[in-house]
Amino acid sequence: MDILKQISENLRGGNDKKVLEFTKLAIEQKIPPKDILDDGLIAGMDTVGKLFKAHEIFLPDVLLAAKAMYSGMDELKPILIREGIPTIGKVVIGTIQGDLHDIGKNLVGIMLKGAGFEVIDLGNDVSPEKFVERAKKENAKVIGMSALLTTTMQGMRKVIDLLNERGLSGEIKTIIGGAPVSEEFAREIGADAYGYDAASAVDRVKKLTREK
Amino acid sequence: MRPIVKFLDNELLERIVSEARDVLCKLGVEIHNRGILSMLGDYGAKVDMHRNHALFTDEIIDRTLKSAPGSFKLYDVLGNETHDFIGYNVYFTPGSAALNILDYKTRKIRKPTTMDYIKYTEVVSGLENIASQSTAFIPADVNENISDSYRLYLSLLCCKKPVVTGAFSVEAFNIMKDLQLAVRGTREKLAAKPLTIYSCCPTSPLKWSDVTSQNLVDCALHSIPVEYVSMPLAGFMAPVTLVGTLVQHTAETLSGLAISQLTNPGTPILYGGSPAIFDVRYETTPMGAVETQMIDCAYNEIGKHFGLPTQAYISLSDSKRLDTQAGLESSMGATLAVLAGVNNISGPGMLDFENCQSLEKLVVDNEICGMTLRLIKGIEPREDFPALPRFEELLKEKHLLISEHTLRYLREEQYFPGPVIDRANRARWREEGALTLFKRAHREVKRLVKEYEPSRLPGEVKRELKKLMEGEARRYGMDSLPSRDL
Ligand code: B12
Repeated sequence: MDILKQISENLRGGNDKKVLEFTKLAIEQKIPPKDILDDGLIAGMDTVGKLFKAHEIFLPDVLLAAKAMYSGMDELKPILIREGIPTIGKVVIGTIQGDLHDIGKNLVGIMLKGAGFEVIDLGNDVSPEKFVERAKKENAKVIGMSALLTTTMQGMRKVIDLLNERGLSGEIKTIIGGAPVSEEFAREIGADAYGYDAASAVDRVKKLTREK
Repeated sequence: MRPIVKFLDNELLERIVSEARDVLCKLGVEIHNRGILSMLGDYGAKVDMHRNHALFTDEIIDRTLKSAPGSFKLYDVLGNETHDFIGYNVYFTPGSAALNILDYKTRKIRKPTTMDYIKYTEVVSGLENIASQSTAFIPADVNENISDSYRLYLSLLCCKKPVVTGAFSVEAFNIMKDLQLAVRGTREKLAAKPLTIYSCCPTSPLKWSDVTSQNLVDCALHSIPVEYVSMPLAGFMAPVTLVGTLVQHTAETLSGLAISQLTNPGTPILYGGSPAIFDVRYETTPMGAVETQMIDCAYNEIGKHFGLPTQAYISLSDSKRLDTQAGLESSMGATLAVLAGVNNISGPGMLDFENCQSLEKLVVDNEICGMTLRLIKGIEPREDFPALPRFEELLKEKHLLISEHTLRYLREEQYFPGPVIDRANRARWREEGALTLFKRAHREVKRLVKEYEPSRLPGEVKRELKKLMEGEARRYGMDSLPSRDL
């Protein structure tokens, strides 16, 4: 079996040692780093995402695969940076001001990371300024916001207004999620996307980052 | 004999408790509240202010278990006793703080309004098996900063039953306390006759946020009862085993107990919770899962072992409609809860993982609750022995329909659910419109709303409540409240 396939298959099985071993081997054999990323690691995570959606595997399997993905990614990242190959993008995520629910947001973060995004997690109770400033500083492509309370969901609007005010809304896309929000609410406040679980978050963030 | 269900033998229960003490004393709890940390420090806890962290001691745990009252009572807005939380007494309360309601006409889940809330208070007023109201959902037509206090305001104004509620912020406590003071008159009278219970949640694993821990302190200072709502999610934010989750729940709940009792020894509390398993297929927290309900019953046994009254989020459903799943999950939970003797049983009306209330479901659940309340009255002899005379009467008269024995005991022996639970024969059912359960429930909702009689709370108290709420609304830029003619 070719090395990239080995990477993606082992990733699917959540075997982090093997993923690391084959990533190292691929680097040694001078396979282009972009191919190792796209056809090895990310291809593996794509399959995992599909199997998860089809209920053939469960969340722990996905997290094991994500962990295996990081082990390969840690090896590959310095090379990608050295060669100026962009990762698929940075996402700043957080739970909105006044809200302490972070379980769903954390899951979304893990899955985005597993899909190859660089994730900057601002934690919970995050102010609009902090979302926007950090996203700008990190050159992030997407801001992901979570709210679980009716009292805090309106805070999402403030982040989007602030992006508009600073002329950043074209550059930085927004995605929202959490039990009280919906596709309609996203539209109402001018968010670029809505995701109802961690897998849908990955799909939509991918779409957003491809859109530009 | 009152039937009772148990899941833990003594040895296991004691082991769970001792392991939880170990967790509290050796791993400790993160508490984002300097006042509480220094109070714990004063009582001998090892406190690290930088890490917002406290290591408990066995003395603190013993002291607070000793000062916590083993029972307390609740009173309605008029001051009449409604609840005595003691022993195996059980009471039902609607699931609280839903984001949405299920709209009967459109069959869609949507955000609720003030009018929905008023209708809810009218329905709950007439439900005989639901002993208290809860602030069941959040009207979306007022500023979000007042949405927690506004629910309490409407509840106190429209329905006389005591209220299970909770604040979403530290600031909201004040107005919510003032509304209660307006009803009772003075702080002392409110302490003597509690009107509400506040739900306060630790954050699993082993953490208290500034908001919910401050709510605990503020409630204790006013002797307002609280229920601790620890929510370990088995397999995710807690061990996958039910025993491991129980250890965590015990530790988190005892840490809350310490905060309340050190603040004000003797302040009333319920040993409560809303733990759940975590469904790794859907990333959800199923409240209708049998394992969730087993955890609930078991921690209730632990609370009873401590001699404390208990609460659980247990008679609700994860279904999105009023369907078979809704009925079976809610009744399984209600049945287990009454058999376990959970004192305050939360859940009726609730669908979609605590996210959606339905008035029609509330009416169905009221009948489910009625059946379970009958269940725990058990099987008792009522002039049944000696049996011979009764059978002689039966053989002689050919039936017992108008026997003295029947007339005396019919209503004690048999609970009559309805009009939602249908026991008509098919022809009659068809002749009466062949209504589905959802339609029968809706008809009952309409009847209750029509027959609702306004609460007899004195006019001046109502005016005072209104004044307080309007003042609070103005603080957040609202000139008036949605309903003027209350
Ligand atoms: C667990 C829980 C808690 C835990 C939170 C622990 C933590 N570390 O997060 C604790 C116990 C601390 C808690 C506290 C409170 N809670 Co709470 N909580 C819940 C509960 C039961 C489950 C939430 C959860 O974690 N679900 C599991 C995760 C995986 O799902 P999720 O959060 O929905 O996230 C998924 C999707 O929504 C989506 N998603 C989420 N975020 C994002 C972001 C992006 C960008 C995208 C794309 C997708 C996405 O993907 C996620 C993965 O599948 C909900 C009810 C419910 N079933 O939703 C109530 C609920 C949200 N809580 C509620 C309340 C009232 C509170 C309190 C105010 C109670 C109190 N008085 O103390 C406090 C909040 C204090 C505060 N200021 O924040 C209410 C909200 C009421 C309302 N109308 O606003 C609810 C609905 C329960 C209820 N009916 O009472 N809570």
